[in-house]
Parts: sequence; structure tokens; C-alpha cells
Amino acid sequence: MARQKPYDGVALCAPVTTPYVRFSDQTAHWWAGAALAALARQTGLGPADFDGFCFASFSAGPDTVVGMVQHLGLSPRWMDHIPTGGASGVMALRRAARAVQMGDAEVVACVAADTNQIDSFRQTLQGFSRFSQDATYPYGFGGPNATFALIADNFMREYGVTREDFAKLCVAQRTNALSNPLALMKKPLTHEQYMQARPIADPIHLFDCVMPCAGAEAFIVTTPEKAQELGLSTARLAATIERHNAFADDPVQTRGGWARDIDDLWAAAGCTPQDMDMVQLYDDYPVIVAMQLADLGFCDKPALSRFITENDFTIAGSLPLNTNGGQLSAGQAGAAGGFQNVTEGLRQILRCPLGDQIPDATRALISGFGLVNYDRGVCTGAAVLEQDVLR
Amino acid sequence: MTDPLTPPRRKDPLVTTHLGHVSPALRSRAATAMAARAGQGRFVLQVCDDCAQATYPPRDRCPFCWGALHWQDQPNGAVIAAQTTIRSSIDLFFKDHLPWRIGTARLDAGPMATVHLHGDVGRGDRVRMELKLDRAGNPALFAMPEKETPHMADDPQLRVFTADPKYRRILVTDGRSATGQAVAEALLKAGAKTVFLGNADPLMRYPGQDRIEAVDGIEPVRLSLTDTRSIEALAGQLGGRVDIVVNTVGFTRQGGVGFGGNLNNLQSGLDLEVTGLMRLAQGFAPALSARSDDGDNAAAALVDIASIHGLTGRAGFAGSSATAAARLSLIASLRGEMAQTGIRVISVLTGPVDDGWHQNVPPPKTTAAQIARAVVTALQQGQETICADEVAKDVLARWQDDPILTIREENK
Repeated sequence: MARQKPYDGVALCAPVTTPYVRFSDQTAHWWAGAALAALARQTGLGPADFDGFCFASFSAGPDTVVGMVQHLGLSPRWMDHIPTGGASGVMALRRAARAVQMGDAEVVACVAADTNQIDSFRQTLQGFSRFSQDATYPYGFGGPNATFALIADNFMREYGVTREDFAKLCVAQRTNALSNPLALMKKPLTHEQYMQARPIADPIHLFDCVMPCAGAEAFIVTTPEKAQELGLSTARLAATIERHNAFADDPVQTRGGWARDIDDLWAAAGCTPQDMDMVQLYDDYPVIVAMQLADLGFCDKPALSRFITENDFTIAGSLPLNTNGGQLSAGQAGAAGGFQNVTEGLRQILRCPLGDQIPDATRALISGFGLVNYDRGVCTGAAVLEQDVLR
Repeated sequence: MTDPLTPPRRKDPLVTTHLGHVSPALRSRAATAMAARAGQGRFVLQVCDDCAQATYPPRDRCPFCWGALHWQDQPNGAVIAAQTTIRSSIDLFFKDHLPWRIGTARLDAGPMATVHLHGDVGRGDRVRMELKLDRAGNPALFAMPEKETPHMADDPQLRVFTADPKYRRILVTDGRSATGQAVAEALLKAGAKTVFLGNADPLMRYPGQDRIEAVDGIEPVRLSLTDTRSIEALAGQLGGRVDIVVNTVGFTRQGGVGFGGNLNNLQSGLDLEVTGLMRLAQGFAPALSARSDDGDNAAAALVDIASIHGLTGRAGFAGSSATAAARLSLIASLRGEMAQTGIRVISVLTGPVDDGWHQNVPPPKTTAAQIARAVVTALQQGQETICADEVAKDVLARWQDDPILTIREENK
């Protein structure tokens, strides 16, 4: 297989998060515009200055990136629409980086925006995909909770991972969220509260589930020269992987596409999991966080329980995890939930976090996981980001 | 073990009736094709013409080699690999039926599938898969115990997919015929609480009247499908208390089209069987629909018994076959309407019935007992189409294989 070429000449900068709300009477278009306005405030750029636009959303229908471009007055010479939800951040990053590197665009705004109106979550689920419409949701309509309950039921028995382990991950993320003023969850979560939460779809309980909300996330991919001209701090893209519909023969999902490509990621990045100052993992459910820790090379699956016990996942801990609180504590704004890992990873290494700073952080591993088309998440991706220039 | 169903209590008239929501109904064309087979009680999956592998969920091309797919009967064994109990749902139907158990099944045929679980099965169990129809008439994989367990049919999740007569109150439209009487008795034997037995002409006695009207659970009612007012009167009286309607009326006469046909017979048949069916539906469908999710004895089904020759026509029974054709067409349309309200519409298809109007037809002929058995089976299984006997099965199989040839054959 051809090896990945380095991402020379690519700079990542200007992570922005528009404050989330539980329910919004605004549209995805409004939220996308809010994210662009936030980028404009940070960079001084206007609609005419972006020549690349990459967009991810579930609730912008009937519009795609085309409608969004005209709606928001952009005139890009490169654009892309990423329909992969939780994997969209990593994928936007990869695509925009190559466009900039090859000169197809110079300044790419990567934006994920979703609204959450009353009943829009149910409507999104109802028409989510053909397989889920035919063969998942008519089976009790538990939504993603039920699908991940089946995955968790199998995973916990297979690898001896327990609710106690998940509790530790969720409690640590809540601790991280408490320093983030934009996180929707404002109260501490104790181990006992986690353990005693009401069951949603066994073994999934309340604090295993994200809170759907409205919001937007965005960042800019450009050249180091342009970033310097704009006076923006930058990060480098050390390596990336992406894989879809991996291990289709596994009866129940116990691994994602990362497991297939992880050696390539670390070889191209020239470092190891132990060199990471933080991990920003897709956290729709803690079982998926645990799956990623193993598939991304931190430990074997049978050793997961011990690995979780032995590490501290708070900002001050041995392996800071989802330092903004993740979707579990900050909220899941649709596709923007798949951008959080990128924006938060960038903020930590560019030293502009929403909450507490990880001391001396220069490297971040980010990981995306998206789209339960039928019985499992289909899309996966990961990237290693490194601090480049602080301005 | 399943808790046996207890006789439903008398309805409190002050309590709001539970609206008849149906489970999510949006489906692909391929899933609709699966439903058409599910309605016949078959267990089918798509199999590739080229690589012969079975696939699920319904697709339009083989995921292994991109060959074309066709529906085939498949082995119905499976093992449950994972399970969950859903305790929270934002769907209007399921949120009123929680907790709801589902699992991941490894089908003997190959694919994995998300399935409904019977209360007596769980993770690690070998199960017998059934392909049912859900309340909206869509396909549903249901994992049943491999062997019969006590009160298996009373499982509350299973009862959502069936129209089991147990403890239900049933209107049989014509008790004057041997078929109507056999159906009424079979339904009572299957656990029905009451059978309201229609009589179009209470002033005229009919064969078997004393015996059938003395059976415990039979309540004779005045009902003539040629008389709109009699239907309105009965629907007004019973509409809120009838859970299943079984239409047993028939008017068969011999005759051709250009030769030996009798216009009066054709008109009488059309009035009783076709216009009568629409009168019956207009009288009872709204009340059935309003009570389709009303507890253990919720309204569940409308059954219509018609000749298989409605599909093909038949030499010597041209008018009666045309009547049956119209009847099947109305039933198909009614099925589409009732799928939106959670009421199963069932067709029981018969060959020539062993009665006075088929004396010169050679055997095999369809007996009243066979028709009664088919009615009960279709209700218990939640089937949409069932053949009462071998003749009907034979014609249906040939018709499904080659409808134009079968039409020629039956009209020779």
C-alpha cells in the first residue's frame, strides 16, 4: 500500500466553539453562520477571504454545502460536504489539508453546525439511514442507545470491562467539563451517581448517554505563511488515518477501523501513544472510548480494565481525556460533536483552552467515530496534531 | 416462563382509550418486498444469484460480489449473541410498550440481525426465527423459543405482532352457513371470549341454528351485509366491543360470461360480497382502528374469506370469480389503510368450497373445518394471506410463478 505523504505546508489554526444550547429555535444555517462569525472575529477574515469551505451537518436539509455557500455568501474555489457525523472532524481536516497543500485552496473554513429543535432528534433518527429505517429503529426505537447497548453488552463480557471502568471515564470527563464554561453539564458527577443512574437500555445507563443539543464548531486550515500574515498560532498535522466499514464480518462490533491502520498512523507520525499529551476521543458512549484506547494502541483489550484503573483521565492526570468534557459532559451538537475533538485538541496545544490548560501540552491524538448506519459505527479516523508556532 | 394472560377487565368508560400508534413505518422497496413474503408466513432472506450468499438488511445488490439478489426461503435457526432491554424510547408506539427486549442474532443462514426477543429467550440461546409483520404491516424478525414453552403465545411482545383470538370478542358476519358456524366454534375453541354471530334474516330458520346458538360464548346478532342500516345499527351497538371481524359471507353460483351466465346472480354476488364488504368496512373499520392499542383485548384484525379464483377467474364460475376478484382488490386497498392504524387485514383464500353450489366440482374441495383452521392460524400467527386448502395453495403457487399462464389454465 502506498505510504502517506507528509502534510508539509499545512497549518491548522483558529479553533472556535459557539456556545451550545439544549434546544434552539434557530436553524443549522444560523449556527453555521455563527461559527463563521466567530472565525471572523478571531482572524479578521470576511466572506470573500475564504477560498475553501468544508461543511458537516445533519440538520441543514434540504441544503448541502452548496446551499450553505450561497446562504452565507461564500465563493470558494474548493468545497466539500462531509456526512459522517462523529468522524467528520478528522475527515474535514484530512481533506482541507490536502487541498491547501496542493494549492487548490489557501484558506479553508471547516465548519460543523447542527440545530436541535423540539422533536428534531426523533425526526433525524427516523430517516437516518436506509438500514436503520428498515432494520434497526422498528426494533423498539431505542435510538443509538439500543444499538450501543448491544455493542456494550457484548464488549463488557468479551473483555471483562465493567461499569466501574466506564464510571471512571465519565467522572473524569465531568471533572474536566467543570472548568469549561461552555459545557452544558455544570454539576460534578460522582462515581455513586454514575453507578446509580437509571437504566436506559441495559447495560447503558443515563450517564453513558450524551445530551443532544444545538451548536457549532469550526477551525481553519491554511498555509503557514498565511497564518503568519494573520498572526495566528498554528499546529502541524503529523499523520492521519481513515477507514470505513472495517471488519464487516465481526458479528458484533468489538473494534473499529483504527485497528486496521493504527501502525501506519504511528509510523507516519514518528511517535508512539506514550508521547501524547492528551487524547480527544469520540465519546458517544464510554464503551467506544474504551474501544478506541485499545484500537489506537494504548493497551490490549483484555488489559483495558487495568489500564483504566491505573490512569487518571483528568486534565491534571496521566492521560488527559476529552479535556473540554467531551460530548458526554459538554453536549453533542450533532455533527459538531465530531469536530469537538479537533477544536479542543487544537486549543490545548495552541494554549487557548476553554477551561483548564494541560501543562506543557504540545501533542494531541484525536479520533473520530461516526454513523451507525445499521448495527455499528461505520466511519473511523484519527490524527496526530503537534504544536508549531505560538503567536 | 411467560405469565399466562389473564382475562382483560371490563373497560372503564372514563379512562381515555390508548391511541392506536404504529411502530415506525418508513421502509425501502426491498423491505416492502420482504413484508409481502412475511405476510404469507414465510421466512425469507435475499440470496445472491451469483455467489449464493444470503444477506440482511434488505439490499439492492449483493455486498460480496455485487450480483443480483432474490428472495428465498431460508433456514430459520439462530443464536442470540447480545441482548438489551430498551427502557426509554421517543417513538410514540414503543414508549407505551416499554420495556422492550431486542437482541443481536447470528442467523443460521449467515447474516447478523437485530431482532425482537420473546420473553423466554436471551443471550446465548438457540432460537427459532419467525418473520412476522409489525402493526404497520412491515417485516419484523422475531426470535422465538426453539421449543414450545408454557403460555408462549401470551408473551406481551409477541402479541403485538399477532391477532390471537384469546380473550378477544369477534364478529362473524354470517352464521347461517356451515363455514360461518365452523369459524365461530374454532374461534371459541382458540380462546375467544365472545363470538357475535351474524344472521341476515332472523325470521328464517337455518340448518344448525339450535345447536350453534346454544354454544357458550355465541351471541346471535342481526346483520345483513346488503343492508347498510343493519350494519350501522350493529356497529353502533358493538363497535367499541368488537376486536376482530371475520367476514364469512359468500354467494357462489355457476355460469359463464357469454354462455350460461345470470345477471341477477352476478348482481346479487356483487351486492353481498363486494358492496357488502365496503359497507362492513365503513361500519367497523373506524371503531377497530380507534382501539388498536387498547390493552390485552385491543382490536386486532379484519379477516375476509374469498375464493382463490379471484386471482385468475375460473371457467364455469365466471361471475363468482369476478366477485372474488373485486373482493380481493378491496381487501388490498383496505390493508393499506388499516396498516396506518395497526389493524391486520387478513385474506383467507379457498378452493371450491364443499357446499351445495360446487356439487359437480371433483374433489379435493375446501371444507368448512379447513377454512376455520386457516382463520385461527392466520390470527394466531399474524399472517396477512393464508390458503385454507391444497387447491388454493396450488393455484397461488402457480399464480406467483406465472400469473398469465395460470389465468389461461384456470379458464380452459
